[in-house]
Amino acid sequence: MALPLFHPTEDPGPDFSSLLRRTGLPAVPAVPQGTDFAASVRHATTVVALRFADGVVMAGDRRATEGHAIAHRAMEKVFPADHYSAVAIAGAAGFAVEMVRLFQTQLEHYEKVEGVNLSLEGKANQLAQMVRQHLPLAIQGLAVVPLFAGYDTARGAGRIFTYDVTGGHYEEADYQATGSGGRDARTTIKLGFREGLSRSEGVELAIQALYEAADEDSGTGGPDVVRGIYPTVSVVTADGYREVPEEEVAARFQALIDRKRAERETVGGPVSGGPATGGPVTGGPVTGGPVSGGEPS
Amino acid sequence: MTMPFYVAPEQVMKDRAEYAQKGIARGRSLIATAYADGVLIVAENPSRSLHKISEIYDRIAFAGVGKYNEYDQLRVAGVRHADTKGFAFSREDVDARSLANLYAQYLGNVFTHEMKPLEVEILVAELGANGRPDQLYHVAYEGTITDEDRFAVLGGEAETISERFAADWQPDRDRAEAIRAAVKALAGPQRTLGPNDLEVAVLSRENGRRAFRRITDGELAQILEGVEPSPAEASSPAKAAESSPRTSGGADDQAAVESGG
Repeated sequence: MALPLFHPTEDPGPDFSSLLRRTGLPAVPAVPQGTDFAASVRHATTVVALRFADGVVMAGDRRATEGHAIAHRAMEKVFPADHYSAVAIAGAAGFAVEMVRLFQTQLEHYEKVEGVNLSLEGKANQLAQMVRQHLPLAIQGLAVVPLFAGYDTARGAGRIFTYDVTGGHYEEADYQATGSGGRDARTTIKLGFREGLSRSEGVELAIQALYEAADEDSGTGGPDVVRGIYPTVSVVTADGYREVPEEEVAARFQALIDRKRAERETVGGPVSGGPATGGPVTGGPVTGGPVSGGEPS
Repeated sequence: MTMPFYVAPEQVMKDRAEYAQKGIARGRSLIATAYADGVLIVAENPSRSLHKISEIYDRIAFAGVGKYNEYDQLRVAGVRHADTKGFAFSREDVDARSLANLYAQYLGNVFTHEMKPLEVEILVAELGANGRPDQLYHVAYEGTITDEDRFAVLGGEAETISERFAADWQPDRDRAEAIRAAVKALAGPQRTLGPNDLEVAVLSRENGRRAFRRITDGELAQILEGVEPSPAEASSPAKAAESSPRTSGGADDQAAVESGG
């Protein structure tokens, strides 16, 4: 490897993807046209993000599937993007994990080259560009749909961004879930969400959402008590990215399972399908418009 | 037909060396030294935003003296090299030695083949890991590379500062002591340097994955006055984020991201 020096008129600046292209490493892999390729590729499933009083909670199950088979039981889907943000992935696992690696490197690269951090909005836009570059593969059934959330240090609040396969990204007011079990997870959060949740309530709600998603969706893994594999939960606040300790997640799942069992015994029959939380029902999910590019955050 | 003037190669090299040395001597010096928790770099630099010391990678720092635009270009090239290498292979495979060699080759090449040599001296510092010691690579304007394991001084007055610093050298000093010793050696007997004249950063084993951290004015002022800053002020969000425990599932693709994270 030679020292990557560029003429001032051809300098790639702080853009890592552009640097990769110039140094000859392909940032986006090319895949030949084919049919039904998607079924033989690993897919990662449900991830959720929700806002609470001090920031955001992000959580994801651990299952990866290949068609109808379970390909992996302990896959990780929630990652730190940098100190103040987290990214979670759903979709074709190989590309998604690579996209996260590229995104993480891009954020750190920018920070080091420029000497300042990108704004949260800038980070969300960067990820959108990566998703957009992936569009040709998404059309072949290998979509990657990330979820991005972070603590906006300028605003002092947590913010959540969702993506579609075209790289369209939308800021969510309160919560969002994506992946095959996303719909069930979203409904659970919708029923339990209120403004100003504490950290503990936020983590609990995310755990309930994943539990309900795993209950309804074959692609989503629930708590694996036998192997001791539990969904991963992370919290981003003014203190930065923190992973919720596995013991805490395990204890919360155990408590949830115990509650479910107790409900079943008191009713004396199968549990009725309603969600576990009895929180006030807020309105439908509120979606913000597309993020305007140049707006300072 | 006019004949070009003949100039002996010795003379060309001598002139170039003199030119580069003059350029470097105009700037202020810096000291890099090993201390108890890692590597400390102290530079005389009145600017708050045009840095002499920077982060290259997890355990690698860069420092330059001389012409700012020239060493900053090399710094960015270093970041690019390290990030590309870490992305293509793994984070563990990025090392200071190969980067220092690349710098040496480039500087040597410019010195012999270009009209104007680069008026810079460069330091690549690496925090030791897995039993490897901390390493300081000093690359001179003509591409000479030396490795030090105690300390390195770069800049115009390197020799005098080096003598002063070596006189009261001790291994395994704590951070505050090492900073005070370095500042004293940089200042010399005639002057005193305050926090506004200095740029200080460390590569510390206490900082988690990204070992590089700048020591800010307030913290530095306290250290120079002999008051140890409280641990709360010293902690950074970067540290908390990076050292958070990761649950291990033993997955291959997950390990790839962890080491890439």
